[in-house]
Amino acid sequence: MMLIKGVRLYGEGDPVDILVRDGVIAEIGPWLDAASTQELTDVEVIDADGQVALPGFVDLHTHLREPGREDTETIATGSAAAALGGYTAVFAMANTDPVADNAVIVEHVWRRGREVGLVDVHPVGAVTVGLKGEKLAELGTMARSQAGVRVFSDDGHCVADPLIMRRALEYTKALDGVIAQHAEEPRLTEGAQAHEGERAARLGLAGWPAAAEESIVARDCLLAKQTGARLHVCHVSTAGTVDVLRWAKERGTKVSAEVTPHHLLLTDERLATYDPVNKVNPPLRTESDVQVLREALAEGVVDCVATDHAPHAPQDKDCEWSAARPGMLGLQTALSIVVETLVRPGLLDWRGVARVMSEKPAEIAGLPDQGRPLMVGEPATLTLVDPHARWTVRGADLASVAGNTPFEGMELPGVVRTTMLRGRVTVSEGKVQP
Amino acid sequence: MAPRVRGATDPAERELLSAGDVARTIARMAHQIIEKTSIGGDDVPGPDARPVVLLGIPSRGAPLARRLVELIAEFSGVRVPVGALDITLYRDDLRRRPNRPLESTTLPPGGIDDCLVVLVDDVLFSGRTIRAALDALRDAGRPAAVQLAVLVDRGHRELPIRADYVGKNVPTSRTEEVQVCLTELDGRDGVYLRREADQ
Amino acid sequence: MKHLLSTDGLDPAQAVAVLDTADTLKRTLLGREVRKLPTLRGRTVVTMFYENSTRTRVSFEVAGKWMSADVINVSAGGSSVGKGESLRDTALTLSAAGADLVIVRHPASGAAHRLAGWLEGTGTGVVNAGDGMHEHPTQALLDAATLRERLGTIAGRRIAIVGDVLHSRVARSNVHLLTALGAEVVLVAPPTLLPTGVESWPVAVSHELDAELPALDAVMMLRVQAERMHGGFFPSAREYSIAYGLNERRLSLLPEHAVVLHPGPMLRGMEISAFVADSPRAAITEQVRNGVHVRMAVLYHLLAGEEEAA
Repeated sequence: MMLIKGVRLYGEGDPVDILVRDGVIAEIGPWLDAASTQELTDVEVIDADGQVALPGFVDLHTHLREPGREDTETIATGSAAAALGGYTAVFAMANTDPVADNAVIVEHVWRRGREVGLVDVHPVGAVTVGLKGEKLAELGTMARSQAGVRVFSDDGHCVADPLIMRRALEYTKALDGVIAQHAEEPRLTEGAQAHEGERAARLGLAGWPAAAEESIVARDCLLAKQTGARLHVCHVSTAGTVDVLRWAKERGTKVSAEVTPHHLLLTDERLATYDPVNKVNPPLRTESDVQVLREALAEGVVDCVATDHAPHAPQDKDCEWSAARPGMLGLQTALSIVVETLVRPGLLDWRGVARVMSEKPAEIAGLPDQGRPLMVGEPATLTLVDPHARWTVRGADLASVAGNTPFEGMELPGVVRTTMLRGRVTVSEGKVQP
Repeated sequence: MAPRVRGATDPAERELLSAGDVARTIARMAHQIIEKTSIGGDDVPGPDARPVVLLGIPSRGAPLARRLVELIAEFSGVRVPVGALDITLYRDDLRRRPNRPLESTTLPPGGIDDCLVVLVDDVLFSGRTIRAALDALRDAGRPAAVQLAVLVDRGHRELPIRADYVGKNVPTSRTEEVQVCLTELDGRDGVYLRREADQ
Repeated sequence: MKHLLSTDGLDPAQAVAVLDTADTLKRTLLGREVRKLPTLRGRTVVTMFYENSTRTRVSFEVAGKWMSADVINVSAGGSSVGKGESLRDTALTLSAAGADLVIVRHPASGAAHRLAGWLEGTGTGVVNAGDGMHEHPTQALLDAATLRERLGTIAGRRIAIVGDVLHSRVARSNVHLLTALGAEVVLVAPPTLLPTGVESWPVAVSHELDAELPALDAVMMLRVQAERMHGGFFPSAREYSIAYGLNERRLSLLPEHAVVLHPGPMLRGMEISAFVADSPRAAITEQVRNGVHVRMAVLYHLLAGEEEAA
């Protein structure tokens, strides 16, 4: 049994205590230790005075790099990073080596995640074999495997062939699944290095035009509407994409979308030093894109936050820009960036944070036991956040094997103190509990 | 070196040569050069006669050389070719000082091959400037002979170099500095002695 | 000055100092039998060229040798670079082996800047000899030297840069330097070959070459690669040449005194006709000659002076 003392649920109302028993929220109320009718012997107490209680965060988009690039991250280290960031479930993208385009790989990832036991690791299945975009992968077999895959994505690559995308959308209807598209028309981004804008042009970096993302999002929304299938758009990065999403949702398209924390804060102003820690796909865009994305997330046109956590080895970042691999760490800094960019300016309250970091992602992925309300009878899968604390980001101190965070040295608000997965404390006082 | 701003006379500064002294000294040097090099002397130049060329070492050696040429012309009727030889690129102490802008090297139209070149500088001190000038001269052509004229010799030679024509010998200590002012660059003529602490 | 990485942000006074030094060096060596100065004796200069380039590499090598520096050339093929050694490791190795200055040409934009960062604290300086599409500062300096020589001044002059501006580091470096020195710059190219956001650059932009010619004091022709045709930047070499090639007819539209420049190598018949390339209005060989003196001046300013605190 566990007694969490003095939290404010969703940051609202007066402080209450939460009693957790057998992995479930047993009681909620003020001064439970005094008022409870139950015998409170053998109770572990978590003093959470002043903290905000939220449902455990769910990340729809993470790269755990296992199998294949364990030199940058493993399911174990990635799970630790996730738990430290307040996550209780993560979706591990399929662009591993070998690619997760069959039941064997996804079951391995799923099993390993359970072994580590810090977060629920849900493998994402590839849409096409080898991520090549030519032939559908065995989506059904992956869905029916022990891993129970529901989210499919070729992330890293775009499913560019419109016919393949159409078929994939239709096929997943029978699996109650969703295709998560990395929207990037490859012919428009050949050799692209950075957002196609004034800054990249001045620095001599080949441009990645906004229309390369928007045109695919528009096309896929039309296909989703036509087929009645569900579409999810990964890492929305432009104001234009937001316009397309709004239009698509207005006409009843079943589309959801995610935005990364780095696209809520960073812009292509970061290119000036040519430091590839800032290189990411889709690239960092302009100040006005950032502003539109923040508002869209607050409004709900963009449904949720997803980190696109992408660990990279030093030799893949400590080089010239064009030779560097794109991607940034994100699991441990996500909450703080959301606090900094949305909560502090008053665009989002803590209930909104719960919605974008937990409830909506769980809903999109169809997870029955995550993103649940903080009520008696619900799973004790929650995150306790100290809203007033601040911390300084140091890549070397993060749990990931890699250290490529663009937020190095930044002082950020909001610290995760406790993460709990079905009653088991995975992170306590900012430390992983093995 | 960039011309230092020379302002009003400093009490810690001692005047060695007044404007009038400078004029007389340069005139005397002109006479000495004429005599020693036999400028405009014999009606028929002897077998050893060589054309004389004056090369001033910037900054102040250059206007000095031009003044000498004017006076030599006035006294002897012969206008000797004149030029400037910048030695910055040949200095051996470049790495010890901030990057210096280059001055002009302009050789007279006839060149210096087979000539008697008289190098002209304001102050002779360690001799390193002259040594660099000899290196520069060697790359610029093949003079028949080289002589040296300086307005002030302040001693403390570090190399076996001596001047053929000296305006004034001034014994100094190492920490003192001799400043030559010329109207062309400093607005007035004069030679001053200054202690290092006063700078 | 420790590095020369770009003309963007280069102090105009510093640029003029380099041009003046180049001029003095040129006059100093004029007519000399022994074209050598002892100034950089004992300094070690290494050229790291990851892109093939005979002309620029030779120009730097001659510049270094005429200043008596020891010049060593490292090219990408046939070295540890070819075996996959990272740019950073190569640079640190050369620095540790005694290079005072590394002159780098690399296909990645920003490579020279990254090198300068990695070499911080080693005392080794960096000269950017061309990084991707970003900058080629010594080219801009030698172009400016040539313009100064031919036109007398750069301030107040109107200079056109014609061709593939989008992919050109020569164009970028020239825009920064010429505008800093007070010239009016106009970029002439089809819309597909102009960079995004060029409207915010301190230049005029035009798609009509003929309309611009009569008001120019100089025109700089950029090389246009045939591969650009495959990227759909223009339909054919013929159409490009008709619209933007500098031929005899266009040469006559230029004012008498106007100068023609080209960074080389030229594609005769494409952006510049053989007639124009060989005409006395073209200052192309002067550019090459000035290139040596300008590079000598750059080496002088970077290496002959107090050791900067590492």
